[in-house]
Amino acid sequence: MHAAAALRRDGYHGGLTILDAQPHHPYDRPPLSKELLTGRFGPDDIGLRSAEGLDVVWKLGRPVHGVVRDGSGPGGRGGRLVAGDEEIVFDGLVIATGADARKLPGTDHLADVGVLRTLDDAVALRDAIDSGISTLLVVGAGFIGLEVAASARQRGVEVVVVESLGQPLGRILGDDVGAFVARAHRAHGVDLRLETGVSSLVAAASGGVEAQLSDGSVIHADRVVVGIGVRPATDWLAGAGLVLDDGVVCDETLSAAPGVVAAGDVARWPSRRAGRLMRVEHWDHAIASGEAAARRLLAGPDAEIFDPVPWFWSDQHDMKIQLVGFAGPDLDSEVVSGSFEEDRVAVAYGRGGVLVGMLGINRPRHVALMREQVTSGVSFADGVAAARAL
Amino acid sequence: MRVVVDFDVCESNAVCMAIAPEVFEVRDDDFLYVLLDEPPEELRDKVEEAVRRCPKQAIRIED
Ligand SMILES: Cc1cc2nc3c(=O)[nH]c(=O)nc-3n(C[C@H](O)[C@H](O)[C@H](O)COP(=O)(O)OP(=O)(O)OC[C@H]3O[C@@H](n4cnc5c(N)ncnc54)[C@H](O)[C@@H]3O)c2cc1C
Ligand code: SF4
Repeated sequence: MHAAAALRRDGYHGGLTILDAQPHHPYDRPPLSKELLTGRFGPDDIGLRSAEGLDVVWKLGRPVHGVVRDGSGPGGRGGRLVAGDEEIVFDGLVIATGADARKLPGTDHLADVGVLRTLDDAVALRDAIDSGISTLLVVGAGFIGLEVAASARQRGVEVVVVESLGQPLGRILGDDVGAFVARAHRAHGVDLRLETGVSSLVAAASGGVEAQLSDGSVIHADRVVVGIGVRPATDWLAGAGLVLDDGVVCDETLSAAPGVVAAGDVARWPSRRAGRLMRVEHWDHAIASGEAAARRLLAGPDAEIFDPVPWFWSDQHDMKIQLVGFAGPDLDSEVVSGSFEEDRVAVAYGRGGVLVGMLGINRPRHVALMREQVTSGVSFADGVAAARAL
Repeated sequence: MRVVVDFDVCESNAVCMAIAPEVFEVRDDDFLYVLLDEPPEELRDKVEEAVRRCPKQAIRIED
């Protein structure tokens, strides 16, 4: 969506077609695990405003099965998309197919086991909660799993969360933050079981699902949400001559091939800042990369290098977690404001003496105001001092 | 250009402040304050970016 909007803003007046496998008008995903489950928003409240009034041809409910890059367009670019019995000729292509939620193998036949990625997933879960289910099992204490747990608790549902690692989000945010998040969920009545996996799920005779856990216990859940990560949606690109390796591999300008760019959850590109190939699954990245990919299509190889600072937020219970840049167990870290005990804290992260991240829990000002210093990479000491002075 | 924020959906995550601090400020009380209801035209690009990047789609520009 943002690539299309940016193409128009940046002066592209030619034909523009948006194809999506889903029949729905574009909607915002973050509320699916939050306001949509708590009932604050309905499906009509989460339409993407950036999609309004765009001068494009919509082809919704139209999965693309294949791409033929035959170089029929200007400069040997371009090709054809195959969507059912229809073929669509293009000069330039933006790949933004996102990712699909990973499922637990062997659970497809269980009606009460699902994932949360699409509006239909969210509405099904909300309807189950509305119908008065008493117990929800969440597999995986990542962002989506924890948000679902928090929303369901708010609706009065008993929630069990199992996570095979020792801390929720520990790998991404470090152990201090992980331990804090674990405490907060338990304080809100979530039965969080760490270092615990699911050994088997079977349909229960009484309805719902019986889950055998790796700690030997068996629990009955009316519904199960699996939140164990996503897989970039690239199956449709097989045979298109692109490099597919945990996403569409691009260069530093998000170009995947002449006339082909990628953006959002599906794009993997060499981040200068991180010093490695990265794929980012955050909302703000979808916008930033979409806009950059559009510029790349219009400007060609002279386009700017794409090297933004990642930014995301997650709302769980009364915690607003935000991170600009990077955090994690292998970085230096220092609390610069508040404390975990007060439920209000800002933490600075450094690598090799350089400020690389600022995390806030209920501390949005610090994250917003330090964004520039994280982007420019001031010294860790200066960054800590600046954040303390806010 | 007039900036209108829907305070019922804004949740003070200060994204707009990071983009256009001249116009938006989240203070230590965790409330968003619009500093300039009618910002000058030279801030339009920044305000439009804030509109696009607001995670709650809470900001509108009325011309
Ligand atoms: C429940 C949930 C909560 C989230 N909460 C947050 C949050 O709090 N903060 C945050 O920063 N991020 C959050 N995110 C992440 C954020 O929503 C994603 O990073 C963002 O949606 C990625 O955008 P995208 O355009 O790359 O992919 P998507 O939004 O997944 O869009 C891809 C589209 O491509 C379509 N498609 C796929 N394959 C094909 C095909 N072959 N043919 C045609 N169409 C196809 C799909 O139907 C889909 O509509 C959340 C995500 C989810 C699911
Ligand atoms: S970015 Fe949007 S939600 Fe965040 S403080 Fe600004 S107006 Fe509110």
